[in-house]
Amino acid sequence: MTHQILRRLLALLPVALSVATLTFALIHLVPGDPVSAMLGDYAAPADVVRMRHYLKLDLPLWKQYADFIFGLAHGDLGQSISQHAPVARLIREHYPATLELAGAGLFVAIIIAFPLGLIAGANAGGPGDAAAMGFAILGISVPHIYLGPLLMIVFSLDLGWLPLTGRGGLAHLVLPALTMGTALAAILARMLRQGLVRVSSADYMRTARSKGLSRSAALIHHGLRNALTPVITLLGLEAGALLTGSIVTEMIFSWPGLGRLLMSAINNRDYPLVEGCVLTFALSYVVVNMITDLLYGAVDPRIRLD
Amino acid sequence: MIALLLLSAGIGPFVVRANPLAVDLSQVFAAPSTAHWLGCDSLGRDLLARIVWGARLSLGVSTAVVALSLAAGGLIGGAAALAGGRIDGLIMRAVDIVMAFPGFLLAIALAAILGPGLIDLVIALTAMGWTGYARLVRGEVLSLREREYVEAARALGAPPRRLLFHHLMPGLAGPLAVQTTLGIGGIIVAESALSFLGLGARPPAPSWGNMLDAGRAFILVAPLLTTAPGVAIGLSVLGFNLLGDGLAQLIGQRH
Repeated sequence: MTHQILRRLLALLPVALSVATLTFALIHLVPGDPVSAMLGDYAAPADVVRMRHYLKLDLPLWKQYADFIFGLAHGDLGQSISQHAPVARLIREHYPATLELAGAGLFVAIIIAFPLGLIAGANAGGPGDAAAMGFAILGISVPHIYLGPLLMIVFSLDLGWLPLTGRGGLAHLVLPALTMGTALAAILARMLRQGLVRVSSADYMRTARSKGLSRSAALIHHGLRNALTPVITLLGLEAGALLTGSIVTEMIFSWPGLGRLLMSAINNRDYPLVEGCVLTFALSYVVVNMITDLLYGAVDPRIRLD
Repeated sequence: MIALLLLSAGIGPFVVRANPLAVDLSQVFAAPSTAHWLGCDSLGRDLLARIVWGARLSLGVSTAVVALSLAAGGLIGGAAALAGGRIDGLIMRAVDIVMAFPGFLLAIALAAILGPGLIDLVIALTAMGWTGYARLVRGEVLSLREREYVEAARALGAPPRRLLFHHLMPGLAGPLAVQTTLGIGGIIVAESALSFLGLGARPPAPSWGNMLDAGRAFILVAPLLTTAPGVAIGLSVLGFNLLGDGLAQLIGQRH
């Protein structure tokens, strides 16, 4: 297993490099002049020149790229213009909040999805199935940007149970995590149900039942593990979406994470900071995908990669 | 539900005569009435009119994005499959790199750099959407090419162009229809999220996303200002998801 992890880590390097290159290309090659966007249309030409020099935009592109990659390898992402601080430090300060939020969202998604999927899968075709899947389709369709404010109205303003915004203890985490996790929970529950329905007609399930196991015991001990593989695939794909979904959620709940840092950087036209945040999100996504691949092997030894 | 959406985008603006941009400060936060069925927003603009015009914007943007994604992805994926060999490998490697990048983040970054505006919004969302189609088309073309009926046509001496249009395209239509329908729902959500973040349609243009964002500040006074666009987005997405699921089942049955 350690050997495998090492190999995957090594395979991560070229992907990380291409993601970094794409980020660089996004910021530096897409038409639109960051300097004129920053200083406005009426900036004095001398100021424009000075700003270009400060941002090192007057260097040839290959040199900018080489500096970018070299800096990246040393954990140096340049200076933020609006916050007068190293980009790397700002990201280090804001990243834990986003990880906390995404982790909580994932947790919420899983604890909602499993009971729902199990109920639906065990009673396929019955009323439990219909109810669980009805809830699931609703969960998929309600957009984050509406669910967040809705939860705020109900639980903070009407009932007064939970704080409205900000980051603090567990209570602060509940609503943003629900906002982020609900759609994912719905998707996962549907996948789990499909998986359970698929395995319920398998030979090994009949064997388990003929051994005298009850329906639910057979489903949980023999069926669940086999129904889990597609769920994990999806979990990996969607965990990345969860990270970027945190951008919207952080804006709704004033959560002091990377997403809000990115949005403030965008609004201040702070391009070095935008670049750093985008890169951090993208690299996290790549790492999450790698972890998913490793989880596969743990759940289903048959597809352990050689 | 889709019919409702199409209807409201198509003829809605003619039925609801109120101007979605007309500011009427005497009607600020007006409750629903016969004059304003859903009431008015913080500037006294008719909410129903804004929802209906928002449907037009959402549907217009997402149709444009899906059409462009389909064209770009289909062309690139199809070219990769037909060319094969090194070119195929090179193209798909590029697709993989873009796919290693979370889609919504790519859209945010592009929208931020290009600046707000509808055309920039379409470009940003297309950049997020085309890779899925490229993969799908390549995979389908590769598998269709090996089917017996295509092989038979080739053996009979059909020119490549005839093969493509008469034998490959019809086989592609089904899976693409499913992906496109499901894709529109996703694009509507992404579009409203971008507008919500201030990176999409610029106020005062009525987009469900920026209406939600603006309504959030008045959530205590006028909850309908967030509820109406929220429900509109939810229903549209639900509609396209159900349609997509239905199409998928239909095609699954035929095979």
